[in-house]
Amino acid sequence: MSGGARRGGFRLPGALGPMLGLGAVLLFFGFLAPPSFATLANMQTVARQSAIVGTAALGMTLVIISGGIDLSVGSVIALTTVVIAYLLKTAGMHPLAAALLGVGAGAWCGLVTGLLVTQLRMVPFIVTLGMMLVIRGVAKNIADEKKIDAPLTGLNRLLAAGGAWDWPPGVWLVIGMAVIVAGLLRYTVFGRHVFAVGSNAQTARLCGVRVDEVRALVYTLGGTFAGLAGVMQFSRLTVGDPTVAIGKELDVIAAVVIGGGSLAGGEGSVPGSLIGALIMTVIRNGCSQMGLPTWVQEVVTGGIIVLAVAVDSLRHRLRR
Amino acid sequence: MVEVTMPPCFEMRGLSKRFGATAALDGVDLCVAPGEAHALVGENGAGKSTLMKILAGAERADAGEMRLAGRAYRPSDPLDARRRGIAMIYQELSLADHLTVEENISLGLEPSRGGVVRFRFARERARAALAQLGHGDLPAGARTGGLSVAERQVVEIARAVATGCRVLVLDEPTSSLGQADVVRLFALIGRLKKQDVGVVYISHFIEEVKRVGDRYTVLRDGAVAGGGRTEEATVDGIVSLMIGRRLERLYPRTRRAPGEEVLRLENLSGVERPTGACLALRRGEVLGIAGLIGAGRTELLRAVFGLDAVKSGRVAVGAAAFRPSPPDMLKAGAGFLSEDRKGEGLAVGMSVAENMVLSRPGGVGRFGFVAPRRVRAAAGAWSARLGIRCRDTSDACAALSGGNQQKVAMARLLYQDADVLLLDEPTRGIDVASKAQIYGLIDRLACGADRARACAVLMVSSYLPELLGMCDRIAVMCRGRLGEARPAAEWDEQSLLRAAAAGEAA
Repeated sequence: MSGGARRGGFRLPGALGPMLGLGAVLLFFGFLAPPSFATLANMQTVARQSAIVGTAALGMTLVIISGGIDLSVGSVIALTTVVIAYLLKTAGMHPLAAALLGVGAGAWCGLVTGLLVTQLRMVPFIVTLGMMLVIRGVAKNIADEKKIDAPLTGLNRLLAAGGAWDWPPGVWLVIGMAVIVAGLLRYTVFGRHVFAVGSNAQTARLCGVRVDEVRALVYTLGGTFAGLAGVMQFSRLTVGDPTVAIGKELDVIAAVVIGGGSLAGGEGSVPGSLIGALIMTVIRNGCSQMGLPTWVQEVVTGGIIVLAVAVDSLRHRLRR
Repeated sequence: MVEVTMPPCFEMRGLSKRFGATAALDGVDLCVAPGEAHALVGENGAGKSTLMKILAGAERADAGEMRLAGRAYRPSDPLDARRRGIAMIYQELSLADHLTVEENISLGLEPSRGGVVRFRFARERARAALAQLGHGDLPAGARTGGLSVAERQVVEIARAVATGCRVLVLDEPTSSLGQADVVRLFALIGRLKKQDVGVVYISHFIEEVKRVGDRYTVLRDGAVAGGGRTEEATVDGIVSLMIGRRLERLYPRTRRAPGEEVLRLENLSGVERPTGACLALRRGEVLGIAGLIGAGRTELLRAVFGLDAVKSGRVAVGAAAFRPSPPDMLKAGAGFLSEDRKGEGLAVGMSVAENMVLSRPGGVGRFGFVAPRRVRAAAGAWSARLGIRCRDTSDACAALSGGNQQKVAMARLLYQDADVLLLDEPTRGIDVASKAQIYGLIDRLACGADRARACAVLMVSSYLPELLGMCDRIAVMCRGRLGEARPAAEWDEQSLLRAAAAGEAA
């Protein structure tokens, strides 16, 4: 009864619900989709396709557990691709340095969001709605409202398809970062405070948790992971595109919610969010392999989101 | 058994605090020795919570000084107070429901090395604290959201103990506990006393004060009215210290002629409270419900109006008896005034006029449309009659004073043309002039001065003089049970307090 996707760690029962959901969609398409679905190569494709949303979902998990929301993720991804492309092309920078500065831009956006939320006591929904437009605009300004073509570099191999057993580094990167974030949530004082702030900010403050600092840091981390997602987006696009990833934040939020995150705060888990991202990719991938039109994917994905939340609220009521 | 020979646990001298024109505290002295349980009693608004807020660093005194273990003490904020060993257990418990028992106990002061929580130490510390309180059986890994009220209270006390509190303030700790849990809590307080913790025990239950407290202090109107050793005090003595003398006479009473029965409760039970409430209310009568905070008075009114789930029993309004729901009750001619004016009584962001017509939109337009002119006209008429002070009825309610907001809420009931008024704390938090106006209004309604027919009024209040002054009959509620309604003349403050605190009709 004390289960649920509450903890950030790898305690499996925490992500049991989403796990079962993933198993269900895999079985479903395994039987109904053409044989090309249930192959190792296709699973690698699924993993690659999930990497961008999955990376951003790591940060969003923190934000949502702390009781917040970040709508600016899609714009941050676009800004990052633009910054990287700009630095590669105009400054001729080393790809790694460009990528780091791109991530830095994302982190900086997150910090600004965090400061606005905590210092001006504004509602995160509104702040990040504003930031979404501002960041998108800045990205367009840097790119001069065009795509920036950048030279091909090692960055583009991040999510390139490999052999059956040779998965691309980007996928491993996501897994590695997930372990770190899960550990952060589970084993550190900061992680506990993120849960406490989301569960009951008043109590946390009363107990001496520096609520504002925790929140600001959470948004900064959220921006950082959105920046990392931007690096992955860039590696697939090979260009800096200020109009990319419009609406991506909703995919990211959906992944966290399917994975057991509660928009009321206090709940959410890293494995859950990653599985949430995978579920959405599997549906998309499976539907297209079956030759179903995109509207079917949209209806099914939407239905799964509602179902996930319904199951969660039912579980809560049963616990009472 | 406790003599103040070693330096007192904490000491307050001449504390004063003003809020605007009213003196909340006026030269209060309080001294608690280590290992002493000190009961702080007084009526609502006597200044107990202000005093404890000053101790806990949530408010600052205007004058006076405090000493903690012999040294000057001026907490800068609640956290500072907590670090210095002051722990408050509030009536509404403060736990993070999603966290485990251990996580809640450790919260804010987690043992860690390089930012990583030292799990074993944290768990051992939590277990030790729980064991110290005689509740070692409480699993440290359980989520607090699933615990009972009593268990949650233990977790909060454990949080205080785990980090070494020297003073523990318990604010009405038993108001939501069952008898067995109350006994356990008292045993726990006994243990803390043995560990030289100074306990301040705030309660309305005088019998409890005698059982738990070594000494007591009575606050009245912001000053110490008396105190001493509890073993030498009598319940009557404490009660009369709480009440003192009172001079107020602002309750108008026109002759009322009770008519036919308009509201009847038949064994009405809510999920927790009330339990089996029976009551008959007649037209042209004001019936008061007294009781302590947490006794279930608000829950009773809410259940009657169908706002809270009803487990069993029925409500009859006029001829029809049914399981109440707000739309049915409105249709039957009942109106409800919430005690939580800002939270649910009014939509404070909306205008005065919109708030007034909210419960009867049919009066200002047809077929679902609202005619702004008719809204304004209706609002203008009622705000003039009630003397609501606002620049314009299109002002947001948020801009009005508490007293004027309350008049807007009352105006809604009048505009709705309610026959049966359910009023929960109708004068809470408003100034005396507005109070007098509300009293006058209730009286006019009950005697039928303004309408063809008189109204019936069911009124909950924590302010006893108001109940005694306004009501024709009064019933006392205690731990969810509604007592028999008796003529107001048969009650006085003393007997009401006794009935509320003891659960017996005195």
